[in-house]
Amino acid sequence: MGRYVIRRLLQMIPVFIGSTFLIFFMVYALGDPVAALFGDKAPDPATAARIRAELYLDQPLWKQYGHYMGQILGGEFGTAFNGQKVTELMADAFPVTLRLTLVAIAVEIVVGIVLGVLSGLRRGRTVDTTVLLLTLVVVSIPTFVSGYVLQYLLGAKWGWVSPSVSPEARLDELILPGVVLALTSLAYVTRLTRTSVAENSRADYIRTAVAKGLPPRRIIGRHLLRNSLIPVVTFIGTDVGALMGGAIVTERIFNIHGVGYQLYQGILRQNSPTVVGFVTILVLVFLMANLVVDLLYAVLDPRIRYA
Amino acid sequence: MPQQHHEHRPDPHRPDPHRPDPHRPDPHRPVLLDVRDLQVEFRTRDGVAKAVNGVSYSVDAGETLAVLGESGSGKSVTAQAVMGIVDSPPGFVTGGQVFFRGQDLLTMAPETRRRLRGAKLAMIFQDALSALNPVLSVGTQLSEMFMVHEDMTRKDSRAKAVELMERVRIPAAKDRVNDYPHQFSGGMRQRIMIAMALALEPDLIIADEPTTALDVTVQAQVMDLLAELRREYDMGLILITHDLGVVADVADKIAVMYAGRIVETAPVRELYAAPAHPYTRGLLDSIPRLDRKGEQLYAIKGLPPNLTAIPPGCPFNPRCPRAQDICRTDRPPLFPVAPGRTSACHFWKETLDEGQR
Amino acid sequence: MPDHGPLPPPDPDRVTPPEPEEIITPAGGGAMSLATSEAETLEPVSGKARSLWSDAWHDLRRNPVFVVSALIILFLVLIALWPGLIAGGNPLTCDLAKAQDGPAPGHPFGFDAQGCDVYTRTVHGARASITVGICATAGATLLGSVLGGLAGYYGGWWDALLSRLADVFFGIPIILGGLVFLSVVPSGSLWPVVGFIVLLGWPQIARIARGSVVTVKQNDYVQAARALGAGDRRLLLRHIAPNAVAPVIVVATIALGTYIALEATLSFLGVGLKPPTVSWGIDISSASVQIRNAPHMLLWPAGALSITVLAFIMLGDAVRDALDPKLR
Repeated sequence: MGRYVIRRLLQMIPVFIGSTFLIFFMVYALGDPVAALFGDKAPDPATAARIRAELYLDQPLWKQYGHYMGQILGGEFGTAFNGQKVTELMADAFPVTLRLTLVAIAVEIVVGIVLGVLSGLRRGRTVDTTVLLLTLVVVSIPTFVSGYVLQYLLGAKWGWVSPSVSPEARLDELILPGVVLALTSLAYVTRLTRTSVAENSRADYIRTAVAKGLPPRRIIGRHLLRNSLIPVVTFIGTDVGALMGGAIVTERIFNIHGVGYQLYQGILRQNSPTVVGFVTILVLVFLMANLVVDLLYAVLDPRIRYA
Repeated sequence: MPQQHHEHRPDPHRPDPHRPDPHRPDPHRPVLLDVRDLQVEFRTRDGVAKAVNGVSYSVDAGETLAVLGESGSGKSVTAQAVMGIVDSPPGFVTGGQVFFRGQDLLTMAPETRRRLRGAKLAMIFQDALSALNPVLSVGTQLSEMFMVHEDMTRKDSRAKAVELMERVRIPAAKDRVNDYPHQFSGGMRQRIMIAMALALEPDLIIADEPTTALDVTVQAQVMDLLAELRREYDMGLILITHDLGVVADVADKIAVMYAGRIVETAPVRELYAAPAHPYTRGLLDSIPRLDRKGEQLYAIKGLPPNLTAIPPGCPFNPRCPRAQDICRTDRPPLFPVAPGRTSACHFWKETLDEGQR
Repeated sequence: MPDHGPLPPPDPDRVTPPEPEEIITPAGGGAMSLATSEAETLEPVSGKARSLWSDAWHDLRRNPVFVVSALIILFLVLIALWPGLIAGGNPLTCDLAKAQDGPAPGHPFGFDAQGCDVYTRTVHGARASITVGICATAGATLLGSVLGGLAGYYGGWWDALLSRLADVFFGIPIILGGLVFLSVVPSGSLWPVVGFIVLLGWPQIARIARGSVVTVKQNDYVQAARALGAGDRRLLLRHIAPNAVAPVIVVATIALGTYIALEATLSFLGVGLKPPTVSWGIDISSASVQIRNAPHMLLWPAGALSITVLAFIMLGDAVRDALDPKLR
């Protein structure tokens, strides 16, 4: 197991470098960070050249990247457009987005697994068909549509929840945004659970469990779900990383000052350190989530043994 | 294998397999398992497949019945219907009775039936690798029998699981009880299946091709173990197989199935000596024999019928070397051939005579 | 051994085929084997053999989900090509005096914040979505299946490289990548959006294509063809591609729906399409500001967008069910 973890960590290094370099390339090579610093004014050539030299922008791209990564490893993420340190922005933003993500994951687990198990056990019946159709509809409605519609209906029209989120982003305020963020994944979790349950319920070992005279509750709880939830757990694990990076739209709709909000600001104002810094952390989170999922797999499924 | 189990019960007149037999030794004690006119169908997209069409057989304690047939003959489905584990949908038991010690399993309350399953009737499946739960240790899967049926504590049932594994001669049972099915060899896995079926010392065991998935050398070991344990516990055994070689050694009587029907029943040695159905005869003739070296091996021509459209008359008629007009129009009932023998062939007499070799 | 005589003449109405196939084959070791297969098959033998594709088509035609989604898509493609068919007006002629007005005669969906006719704009918005969806899917599928297929076929370092490369793209959250990419390239028209979706979409297709080719490659008929001396080119095109293409088609159909949603999301965030291009995403974005006063402005383009995405996803789902008989 230890060797496997080390091998996986080593494999992650090129992916990490690749992903961050790709973003770095887009921001620093395709964009013009210096021009962005001056906004609409044209910078005077001498100042521009000085800044370029300070930022290593006169060096070849791979050297710039190396310099940047060296700084990041030293904890130096640079300065955001408003003069704040990027690390300060992160300290504010990541806890908020993490809370939002956890709410979304909780919704996925509770609603998605329950619906998936229900429809998987009643394959081909009305419940199943309804749930399946519902998941397709949910997947088809883009987050920014469902976000606005739910915010309008629940927040503004019926007044059930507060339509926007305060800067502290308390957990109860995050329920509606969490649901909106979860919706698409929720549909996937439901379908995945349903397929997995339906497939496993026809497995030979389930027939054995019935032949053993086990009560239905035990057959489902201990034999069916234990097997069926393995792919679901791994999907939810990888989704943690994806949701954190995908919260831009949700955070914008509900005005949540999390990672997505800061990134959006950074992109709008072409503040390169903010963008690359946040993305670097997100890629890291994503890769770590994947590693955890791989290890979890081994715990859940004894057939998988890592050499 | 020595046929010792015939010695303690030498009575050649066994109960008629398809209806209550007035000659049964003790008329007040109901026979262990009595299947009557069982019907099972599968409603598929391509039509209704009649997998079992009026099968009757019976097994008593201490007796071994071999059910012989090709794939799709309905031999496994009959057993599944007895156990109550037919996949439904698409499978439905549409008629008949299954008496277990005089009680009809099919009309019983589901909960009552569940308590019988595993405890009184147990089943051994063909492919232990897929029939055992891959993510639970074999110890867990064995011990849950005791926890569920006998309310034993986790610790006691674990000890029983080890005991069971020793019983089926798994080496180092104590160390292996926490292993998972994939960590065992095929033969060892099948022993675990057998241990699981034996756990609560059931009255009847149904073994569905218990050795088909195993290597030839391991097959004999597993069959021997099964026969030995059956004797020891004095259980009834239904052995579902397509392997006539296995049957000859362990079975008392044979039911041959074809297209969801029983076409012949007979005590095992009588059937081998002279089959009363052309299908059985074809099966026997296609066994390679040392004393017929150099002759061309016989094979039954054609394919088994499509179960959604079983031919009228005798279902075997399109493949039967003896088929006459009557075979294409009239479905033959099970004719009594001799005490304890039946055959569903219009020409059973001719077949029998020809077989007196 | 007695003579068993000839078989009865084959009857054309019988299901039993008169082939001289020997079902009962002698097995070695003295034991006899009645059947070649290990398990009893309950699936009845079908009357005539049907191929995967004709079988799938047979199912699809009877599947209401497929029929409905295919009709919706046909309709959408038609109005994307000729929006004038059902909306004669110009989506860019607007009258500020009517801004945010409700439905009026000749204007069933009312007016938006600029006083433009919502119905006309909704109909004309189909073109951008459908074009982006189809072009991006075509590009990503072509690139992904060629790269993934070759990786699956040749394996080795090329496969390893491609898998790592795909990982790199998977590591970037897609909306985030879109924001960064489209904010630095000159954008506003369809093509940067299409280009970006192809750039981040191909790894998904490549992964599916690779897996599918690896599975098919191991089949006996491929090995047989190879043993008979078929070259790589012939093996790939004649033997592997036709059998490996089904999962790719399914994923591509569903991806088409999600790409349309992605385009709308990027336009909504202000980095995708830009006015004067008519796009549902832009209209939803501008309507969202006024959602409390005039929800109808958001409802129609949002509904059109959702139905379009739904149609493609349902189509993909129906095709998957038809091609994958495992889960019936």
